[in-house]
Amino acid sequence: MQYAILCYHSEEVVGAWSAEEDAAVMARLSVVQERLLKEGRLGPVVRLLPTTTATTLRKDSDPPLVIDGPFAETREQLLGFYIVNADSLDAVLDIARDLGQANPGGSYEIRPLALFFPGPLA
Amino acid sequence: MSDLGMGDPAWIHATLAGARPQAVAALLRYFRNLDAAEEAVQDACLRALKHWPDNGPPRDPVAWLVMVGRNAGIDGVRRQRRLTALPDEAVLSDLEDAEADAAERLDGAHYRDDVLRLMFICCHPDLPPTQQIALALRIVSGLSVKQIARVFLVGESAMEQRITRAKARIAAGAVPFEAPGAVERAERLAAVAAMLYLVFTEGYSAAGESARLCEEAIRLARLLLRLFPAEPELMGLLALMLLQHARAAARFDAQGAVVLLEDQDRRLWNRPLITEGLALIDKAMRHRTPGAYQIQSAIAALHVRAERPQETDWAQIERLYLALERLNPSPVVTLNRAVAVSKVAGPEAALAVVAPLEGRLSGYFYFHGVRGGLLLQLGRRREARAAFDRAIALASTAAEAAHIRMHLDRLEREAAGDAGPA
Repeated sequence: MQYAILCYHSEEVVGAWSAEEDAAVMARLSVVQERLLKEGRLGPVVRLLPTTTATTLRKDSDPPLVIDGPFAETREQLLGFYIVNADSLDAVLDIARDLGQANPGGSYEIRPLALFFPGPLA
Repeated sequence: MSDLGMGDPAWIHATLAGARPQAVAALLRYFRNLDAAEEAVQDACLRALKHWPDNGPPRDPVAWLVMVGRNAGIDGVRRQRRLTALPDEAVLSDLEDAEADAAERLDGAHYRDDVLRLMFICCHPDLPPTQQIALALRIVSGLSVKQIARVFLVGESAMEQRITRAKARIAAGAVPFEAPGAVERAERLAAVAAMLYLVFTEGYSAAGESARLCEEAIRLARLLLRLFPAEPELMGLLALMLLQHARAAARFDAQGAVVLLEDQDRRLWNRPLITEGLALIDKAMRHRTPGAYQIQSAIAALHVRAERPQETDWAQIERLYLALERLNPSPVVTLNRAVAVSKVAGPEAALAVVAPLEGRLSGYFYFHGVRGGLLLQLGRRREARAAFDRAIALASTAAEAAHIRMHLDRLEREAAGDAGPA
């Protein structure tokens, strides 16, 4: 069985860490990641940029609506995600619109990655 | 409790620092008095330091601080009017319902206007920039007077006086507590953006202790953008700060001297900050409402996008400075454009842009520095030397003087090299 572990934390708290504190947390995490990697149990690891960089495509209207900021509804649940390559926000919005045509309703939140480790899991 | 756990002092301090601006802002609306709000938050923070190590920070630290601060403030000033009793803070961490209730009241339109109001108070037009910065660091960020004094290299009592005077001044011109209208809100956002950029540039001009101001300005700009997520100029402002701060590690050498952009080791630039800045510019551009911060961030983006200095797109930078000039006519912007012109069209053309600025910028060290550089490139060494001498005489810091001197030495070396056999 493969699992996703989704990371939630207060952005205000994490944003108030000093660079040293942030690096210390990342170093501690990397110890665990190294072990999982050796055991062949680690897939992709991602750190997202802050929610201030987020853009949301609401697929419940036609045409879909582009809104600044993260997905903020509590009535819908996180059901999946994609990692894609795109040169610009407009390009990734085009991808999201294509996906949205195939699956209308709900929303896509688009957020650039701060760190990406692809991981060896197929 | 493990030293890495939620009760760890570093985590608690980060939680308090993260929650403070919103908590002071909400308590300011509640008490309608800055001193009362500050004291209430101070009191709530002390209680947090007492209770959180055992219980861990509550689920909603802002709501916790506001409720406990309200109680403390009410006790403190012994208000006459009866207020609903609130639960004791020792049990608050477990009272999810009370927290959710308070959080709901904190949310919504009020809350973002509270934070904006708190920041706006620090932008009083009567306050000189250094006092605006000191006040923001004290009130919004919650830095101690001692920490702020160290940033400005003054004594603690001098800084205490400066902050007290600034507070007395803003108390006289009270900011209304009603929710602002759209125009007023836009004006406040513009004033606050300018103040945050002041905090940033104060930190940007030096290495060491004051560099912390850059991080603080970025933190507050992120907070503001989270509250006003569709403001392209806030995106531009944050992007500008991130792209400039991304170069921090490369901007000073081991002796603390300034390293010019084209001499910086670009491998030292902070890539995640650059990615974040570029993403914000991308978002801002979709609004198609250009502004000064967006243009400046676009210029900064062109610098960081170049892998080597000679790959810098100076033609585009010149066009952006021209757009900035049209939006915000200023001789300093024209001077910056002249630097871009010199890269695109040569020193002669740049000198023609610089010449009309003489009257307005004759007391500006950077003007003489740029002019000297251009004259030197044209081989007009005697005039160049005179310009550099004036620049050094006008430099307000040792770093500025050293910067010009370095500029001079370098251009002289290059000019000597150019003059030699190929």
